[in-house]
Order: sequence, then C-alpha cells, then structure tokens
Amino acid sequence: MNKIVIVDDEPNIVMTLEYTFKKNNFEVYIARDGSEALEILESVVPDVIMLDVMMPKVDGYQTLKLIKENEKLKHTKVVFLTAKNKASDIEKGLKLGADKYLTKPFSVKKIVSEINALLAS
Amino acid sequence: MSNYVLFSIIIVYLIALFAIAYVSEKNAKSKWVNNSIIYTLSLAVYCTAWTYYGSIGIAANSGINFLPIYLGPVIAAPLWIVVLRKIIRISKQHKISSIADFISLRYGNHRFLGALVTLVCLFGIVPYISLQLKAVSETFQILSDDTSYMSTSVYDDSTFYIALLLAVFATFFGTQTTDASEKHKGIVMSVAFESILKLVFFLFVGIYVTYFLFDGTEDIYSKISQTENFDRLTKINGFEDGFNWLYTILLSFMAIFLLPRQFQVAVVENVREKHLKNAIWMFPLYLLLFNVFVIFIAWAGNLTIGDTQRAEYYALLLPLKNGNTFLSVLVFLGGFSAVISMVVVATLALSTMVSNNLVIPYGFLDRFSKSGSESNAKYIKNIRRISIFSIIILAYAFYVNFSFELSLYSIGLIAFVIITQLAPSFFIGLFWNRGSSKAVIAGILAGFIVVFYTLILPFSSYALTGTDDFIQNGFLNIEMLKPHALFGIDFLSPPAHAFFWSMIVNIFCFITFSVLIKGNYRERNYAEMFIDSQNYKDLQDGALVWKGEAYVAEIRNVLVKFLGEKRTERALNLFFRKYDLPADTQMADARLINFSEKLLTGSIGSASAKILISSVVKEEEVSLVEVLKMLEESKETIARNKLLREKSEELTTLTNQLKHANQELREKDKQKDEFLDTVAHELKTPITGIRATTELLMDDDDDMPEEIKTQFLKNMLQDSDRLSRLIHNILDFEKLSKGRAQLNIQKHNIRETIKRTFDSVNHIATKKQVEMVMASNSDINAEYDEDRILQVLTNLLSNALKFVEVKKGKIIADYKYVKGYLEVTIKDNGKGIPKQDLPYIFDKFYQSDNQNIQKPEGSGLGLAISKQIVENHNGKIWVRNNEKSGVTFGFKLPFK
Repeated sequence: MNKIVIVDDEPNIVMTLEYTFKKNNFEVYIARDGSEALEILESVVPDVIMLDVMMPKVDGYQTLKLIKENEKLKHTKVVFLTAKNKASDIEKGLKLGADKYLTKPFSVKKIVSEINALLAS
Repeated sequence: MSNYVLFSIIIVYLIALFAIAYVSEKNAKSKWVNNSIIYTLSLAVYCTAWTYYGSIGIAANSGINFLPIYLGPVIAAPLWIVVLRKIIRISKQHKISSIADFISLRYGNHRFLGALVTLVCLFGIVPYISLQLKAVSETFQILSDDTSYMSTSVYDDSTFYIALLLAVFATFFGTQTTDASEKHKGIVMSVAFESILKLVFFLFVGIYVTYFLFDGTEDIYSKISQTENFDRLTKINGFEDGFNWLYTILLSFMAIFLLPRQFQVAVVENVREKHLKNAIWMFPLYLLLFNVFVIFIAWAGNLTIGDTQRAEYYALLLPLKNGNTFLSVLVFLGGFSAVISMVVVATLALSTMVSNNLVIPYGFLDRFSKSGSESNAKYIKNIRRISIFSIIILAYAFYVNFSFELSLYSIGLIAFVIITQLAPSFFIGLFWNRGSSKAVIAGILAGFIVVFYTLILPFSSYALTGTDDFIQNGFLNIEMLKPHALFGIDFLSPPAHAFFWSMIVNIFCFITFSVLIKGNYRERNYAEMFIDSQNYKDLQDGALVWKGEAYVAEIRNVLVKFLGEKRTERALNLFFRKYDLPADTQMADARLINFSEKLLTGSIGSASAKILISSVVKEEEVSLVEVLKMLEESKETIARNKLLREKSEELTTLTNQLKHANQELREKDKQKDEFLDTVAHELKTPITGIRATTELLMDDDDDMPEEIKTQFLKNMLQDSDRLSRLIHNILDFEKLSKGRAQLNIQKHNIRETIKRTFDSVNHIATKKQVEMVMASNSDINAEYDEDRILQVLTNLLSNALKFVEVKKGKIIADYKYVKGYLEVTIKDNGKGIPKQDLPYIFDKFYQSDNQNIQKPEGSGLGLAISKQIVENHNGKIWVRNNEKSGVTFGFKLPFK
C-alpha cells in the first residue's frame, strides 16, 4: 500500500484529499504545516508527499528543502499542490526539486491519476 | 608739575598703549577687536589736536565757525553706505592699501599718478603732523612749572623724543607684514582706545568748566552776552559768511573720504562691510558729543582768562588756573591721545604710499627682480620703516622752522584744501567711466598750483618776510591776482577762497582733458571695473582684458620673490582649483595676470605690480573697442551662465521629483499586484474546497457514508460563507481606503457601544472560558458611526479572544477622555505579538506566524479595515505589547 503525507493548513481541502486517497488505497498521513510534516517523516517513509506552499510556521519551500536533505527520503516523490500558479512560482518549485507542481483548485480525479502516474514512473 | 613727572606720565601712558596694541595684535581674531564700535572709534582719528584744542580757539575768536568742519562728515556719513561701501569693495578685491593706490589703479595702474597723489598727500599732511607735534610741545610747556623754559636745541626738546617714540610705535605695529593691505589690529585698537579717552576727558573738562566753574550753560550765556562783540561770535554774518560756511562744509565733506588716515582706518582696516551700518550713526554722534561743550569752554575762557591769543588752550588753562592740576593732566592726556592717533595713522598711511607709490616703483624694481624673497621682504619693510621715521622727522623739522607763527586751525585747513585736489579724480572717477589718467594729472597739478599761489605762498611769504605786501598787492602788483582775492572775489576766507578757485580749475582740467584725450584700453578697463563694481564682482579675475603671451613659470618666479615659495604655491594652487585648470598649466591667461598683480599690490603697490608682471610677459595692444566688447561679452556670458545654471538646477529638481513620483508609482503598482495576488489566493482556497467537495459528492454518491456526506455539505456551506465574507471585506476595505464610505456620525455613549460588542462575542468567550471586563464606569458621549466602531471593537475583541489561552484568558476594555479625544483600549493577557510583526500588524492580509495552530477565522483584512475606519473618523489606532504578557490595542477618536 502506497503511503502519502498530505501537508496543508486548510482542513476542508485536506478532508477531500484524505477521503479520495484512502479510497484509492493509500495509507494517508495528515500534517497541518511543515513542522508537523517533518515530525511525521521522522517515523514514516512515504512514497509521496503532497505539499501546500502558504502555510504558517514552516512553509512549503522550506519543508521541501529539509526533505531533500534527509537521506532516508531520497526515493520519496514530492508534489506541490498550491494556489500559487504563476510561472515564476512553478519554476521555483521545480527548481527546488519537486517532482510535480499541481495547482488549486483541482479535480480530485486528476490529482489521483497524476500521483499514480508519478509513482509508476 | 615738573618736566620729569610729566614726561614719566607720558612714558607710562605710551607703555599702556603699546600693551593694548600688542594684546590686540595677538588676539586679532577676537570679536573684541573686530566689531563696529571699534571701527567707529577708529574713524574718530578724524578728531585731532585740531579738534581738541583748535576748535575752542576758533570758537573764542570767531564764534560758531568751528562747526562746519564737523558738519561735512556728518552729512557724508549717510552716503557711506553707498560710496564708502563701493570703495571698500573695490579695495578689498584689488588689495589696495592707500588712496594713492586706489586712484592710480582706477586710472590704469598709472605709476606717475600714484607718485603725484603721494606727493600731494605729503604736502598736505606733513605740516599737519607737525601741527600735532606743536600742540604736544605747547601743552607740555603749559603744564610744566617752568613756563620760561624754551628748548634751545633738538636734543633737550621733549617733543623730539615724543615724536621718535611715536615713530617707533608706528614702525613696530605698522610693518609687521610686507603686505600693507593686511589689517593692523594693534594700531586700530589703540586708536579706538585713544578715541574714548580724548572724548571722555574733553567731556570731563567741559562739565567741569560749565557746571563747577560756572552755574551751567545759562550762566555762561548770560554773562557772555553782556560783553561787547558778542553778536559777532554767535551769528553767521550774511551772504559772505554763508559762503565761507558752505565751502568749509564741502571741504570737510571731501576730507573725510580723502585724508590718507581716514582712508586707512575706513577702507584698509575695515574688517566687515556691515560695520558701516552702525558707523553711519555712531560716528556723527561721536562728533556731536565732542562739540557740545566747545562753545561754553571758549566763552568761559574769554570771561575768565580773556587772553584770546592762547584761546586754543583754554581747556587746559581753565582747570590749571583754578588749581585743578589733576584735571589738567587728564586734559593733556586727552589731547596727547588725539595727537598720537593722528600721527601714528597718518604716518603709517603716508609711509605705505611713499614706499609703494614713490620709492619702490621708481627706485627698487630692478633690485627686487634680482634678489630673493627674504631679502625683498626685508627691503620692503625697511623702506616703510625709513619712510615712517623720515616723515616724522620732516614734520618735526617743519614744526621747528615754520609753525611758531601759525595757528593749529589754519594749518589744518591748508592741509584739507591740498588734499581735496584729489577729489575730482576720486569721486568723479567712481561714477564716470571716461576720466583718464592724463586728465587727472593735469587737474591735480593745476589745482595744486592754484592752492600754492593762493594759500601756501602768501602764508610762507608772510612767515618768512613778516610783511603782507604780497597779499595786499598781488603778484607784480596786479589787482586781479591778489592771492586772497583772485579776480575780485574778496569776500571768502583764504582757505575757502583757495578751495573755490582750485576746485574750479581742477574740475575744469579734469573734465576737459578727459573728453579731449581718450585713456588707453587699460584705463578704460579699470574704469569699467570701478564704476560697475557690483557687476564686476562676478567677473572677478576675468574682468581684466589682456592679450598676449605669458608663461606661468615666469610669473611664478616673480611671485616667489615677494611672497616666498610657500605662499606662491598656495596661491597658485588656489587659483588653478578655482578656475578648474590643471596644476601644470603652461601658458598664463588674463585671469592669472590679474590675479598675480593683485597678489603683489599689497606688498609693492599696484603700479609696481603691473610693471613687474609686464616685465615677464609679452603683452599685445588691445583696442579700446575690443576691450569694451570683451567686457560686454564676459558680462553677458556670466549672465547667461547664471541663467543656464538656474535652469539646470530647476531641471534637476524636476527630474528628482519625477524619479520620486515614478518610484512611488512603481511601489504602488507592486503593492497592487501583491494585493491582487493575495486576494486571488485567498479566494481560491474556499473555491478549491467547494470544487473538490462537489466533485466527490457527484461521483461517489452511493458508497459515501452518510456522516461524511453531511460533513462535506457543511464544509461547502462554510466555504461559501467564507467566500462571501471575504468578498464583502475586500469591497469594504476598498471603499474605506478610497474614502468612499459614508459615515453615519451621531452622538453615542461609548459604554453602551462596548457593551453591545461584548454581547456579540460573548458566546466565544463563554466557550473559551475567558473573562471579559469593562474597566471604566463613566458615561462618555462621543460622535461616531456606531456600526463602524462596533466593527472595529468586534475585530479587536475577537483578535484578543483568538490569542488568549483557554480558561486563563482575561480581556479588559477601557475608555477615557484624553485631551480632546476619546481613547478606547482593549488589553489581553495572551502571548503578544512578535516585535518584528508590530509595524505590519495593520497591513492587509498580514498574518502573524505566531497565530494559533488552528486556521484563523479572519479574512486577513480585519485590522486593516479597523485602521481605515478609525482614520476615516480622523482618529488613530495603535498596538503595543504589554510589559508582562499580552497586547493592548487602542484607538482614539476626536470629539467634534
């Protein structure tokens, strides 16, 4: 069973993602910001991490940097899911090492198929 | 009193003067030395022994005729602000050190003219100095016991030693530097001190005579009016006396500008132009004070002593006769002060003229151009020193041989008449650009011949032969040529008569020759500079038109000979920097020529400076037309440059303003972009929620558990609410910040308003078990839009509720009246706001990192809207962290 960590501070959005991925046989972990995510990643090595950018305390970019420094997580895919959709934002995200950059609002079906495609590659 | 005691007093007094001069020289920059009072007092060098003793003599013998000599300067004083200021300006610019330099420079650095002016001054002033010595000698004799004593040889004549001491004084303080245009602070200060003494002692004796010897002015008047001849002594007798008055006033009017000693103190020693402003009223006041008692002392003398032959010394004789030796000594010292100041300043001024306009240009230029700077400086100083001694010795010789027969007053007037021969060239030259050097020379010579014939010759023939045949019969017994009544004008006093005729001849020659003979280009050049001195100040060194070939190195060689290596280098560096020229410039231009001449002028006079500089340069003749054209052009260039500079400055300011505005616009644009970005982001969040939830509900209708379905629907509702709240707030904020929000301002009780807010958030407080308290009890009515203020208070309260801890939280609302404002504060004991966030807390969409983990309810616009509302009420909102814990928000609203 694939493991996914969803990092987002909007509970309503998280709820839809949690429901969708559970239904698609993912083991789902929820973090409300970067620091909570890093806490979870201490004990869990997920297949994919889904990151929002604008979060309190530790934001998405910083979280990604810290993930990249972690040797244990080198096979883990990281996907941004954010409302920031300017070209410059996307470029910055990919440059930092994200495997995919998805934007809000999103279609849940599309998100699942993107993540599955990523994991298959 | 014995000779020795008196002589000792004189020596002590001289030592005191020496000390004053020495200390002032050491503190030359102090404001005690440089102020308008010292300047005015130094101008009072005008009042010599002639004033001190001579006026009383005139008053005793011919009534109020002593007055016009002081009326001239009084009339001249207001004109100083125009005329003297112009002279001072020109002199400072050209480093002029004497009136001879001034006149010779005006007429194109004319060497012979400078020498002629010097000779005229010598003729006028040397007898004048000898007069002063005579006054010292005679008063000395009056005061000493030994009245029968007459000096038999030079060596036992105390006057001779006093004269020598004065020469030493003048030499010591007058020749400290080679540059004669430098200030002599020591001499000026001692003159100022002497001016105080002579005035005060003269007033002493005046008061003594009027109020102690007599019963005041009325007493003297009533007594004198009973004597015969009284009318003659108090009235101006008709038309003829009127003319005499007029000419004497004119004479003294010119003398105050032209006397070398006046030029020295008023122009050369002037530190600041603005000192003139006070001098124009203080100096006439000084003269007035000096003349208050003259007539009374004279009358008192006539009444008690009656010896009109010795009337000049009534001031000394009156106290002496009444046994008041102490006062007599004071009077003597006052008179002595008048003598010293006149002798010292006049000799200094004359010696500068003799050395810079006579000796150096005619005798030493060759030698100077061959030897080095140190020996040159020594030579120049020695020439001045020898001049000082020679002038004083000359004056002494004149006194010994001639002056026994002449009164103080008459010699003084002769001096004035001689000096006024400079008046046409001096005054007309300041305002008329045509006057030329040849015309000046002709005018001065012709005028001087007239004075010689009408005044000096009769005087000396009378003194030498003892008969007045010449005066009575005229030259070769021709009626028309009677020296005191030329062409039948017999009603003027001899000095007025001489003045009248010499001025007519002088001015006639000056104007006629000026019109007939054009001056050369250089004369015209200086004429323009003097006349238009205000405009030419801008041109500075560029005002001299000069064409030719000159090398900087050669000019430098000349300068070094007089200024030394160091000063020359410094001066040239300054020059190159001023005109933005490279330091290794090879060829000299007109400006450098002019600049170098100025540098030398102070040391060797303007004529010599010109000769020395032109000896190392190849000058080309320039035509008069060319000079005028070039001057006009440079004036225009200056004016145009000024205009351009002003325009360019304007443009620079405008550019800066534009840059600033542009920067602001860019800043605003960026802020707007950021705002839109944030708004978009904030809007997207609930939309994302709604979109994702809707999709799930649509697809998974069947397998989705009922409670999740309900939760999703609730979420959608929540998101929709959030969306509409957000949109409402954004619009509200925009309206407030653009000032489009209409406030419904009415009188409300703030206590009631706060209470209503409490009620509206009470459910949250209860849920969180937080205490909310109202600290004040009073009823304050203020005018505000209650709905809006409710909005602010709700915002602040829900913020506070958000940040305090469950159960422990306490929120205190307070309000009071402070200096025309209603002040409301909301204080909590939450965790406070990080210091770095405080300045941004009222910015839109700014959310502190330190918020509770739970997503805040707000839109990120609450505080920004609150700020807008308060500011729309013309109030102020602020925030600060409390000392212990928590934060206090406050705002104040003005009472209408």
